Amino acid sequence: MAGRVDQHITDMDERIALPRKNGELVFEAPWEALAFGLAVALSEGGLYSWRDFSQGLATEIATAEQEGITSSYYERWLASLEKLIIAKGLITGEELDTWTAKQALDDEHDDHHHHHDDHHHHDPHIH
Amino acid sequence: MTHEHHASEHIEAEMDAALRTKALEALLVEKGLITTDALDEIVRLYEQDIGPLNGARVVAKAWTDPAYKQRLLQDGTAAVAELGFTGRQGAEMVILENTPTVHNVVVCTLCSCYPWPILGLPPTWYKSFAYRSRVVREPRAVLREFGLEVPESTEIRVWDSNSEVRYMVLPERPAGTEHFAEEELIPLVTRDTMIGVSTVDAPQPLAGGE
Repeated sequence: MAGRVDQHITDMDERIALPRKNGELVFEAPWEALAFGLAVALSEGGLYSWRDFSQGLATEIATAEQEGITSSYYERWLASLEKLIIAKGLITGEELDTWTAKQALDDEHDDHHHHHDDHHHHDPHIH
Repeated sequence: MTHEHHASEHIEAEMDAALRTKALEALLVEKGLITTDALDEIVRLYEQDIGPLNGARVVAKAWTDPAYKQRLLQDGTAAVAELGFTGRQGAEMVILENTPTVHNVVVCTLCSCYPWPILGLPPTWYKSFAYRSRVVREPRAVLREFGLEVPESTEIRVWDSNSEVRYMVLPERPAGTEHFAEEELIPLVTRDTMIGVSTVDAPQPLAGGE
């Protein structure tokens, strides 16, 4: 489901029609949609309450703003989600690091086989 | 130079976030805590089905059905659920009526609390530090930047959403729409009018009409 970051601008085209109907795009990149879905799915699965998530997000945003960190909204969303599920004991930080490293290898592997070119074409983010 | 440096840092942060998110998904699926089907369904709902059109339906019904409007203002959560729009995040929904003397505008000063079931997910500016901090201090100036001039005689009320209460504005029905049916009113209602940073415009007369 989640596409590649470096394709997100072209990926958007097919997704634009409905979410833009009365405003702007809901998600700027596929990973944002995925991070959003993960937070909602875990809450709906009863693994934490939405209020827990909401408060963690507010804290993450406040800290970033106080410290002048220029992270994006969904980067903060993801950071607070990681902290919450680790705090709830659903996963450990070590597990996440291991799986992230594994994911990086998988992506590299995909690049060599399918994406020779777009690797080098990072368009700047459109806001 | 500095700008380019920042741009490349930003791309790196984005790639890292994408990687971590995918790893998180894979890990949670592996542990049986989520299913990809449930994830896909949630994303599909918010990308395609749940958006400001839901709120526009609520507004158009309130404009044409006085009894519904009364229920809506008394118990927003229940009245919105009558039309099939319910939230699973457990927040209460409160609807604020704009009148010639009171203009309501909604913010979430801490993060991005927003009435998802009727407006979908919030626009980027709603989540920005500038909007969240300024609209409380100087609402009139902020609304002017959105192109909305609120008369001095109109009181502006700013409502701070949180994880327990989410607000939506019931904008004023524009003059010249007295004979419009509910279905014809729906397209006039935009997202921004239901956040309170805009008002509903009367429809333009058809070109060449007498």
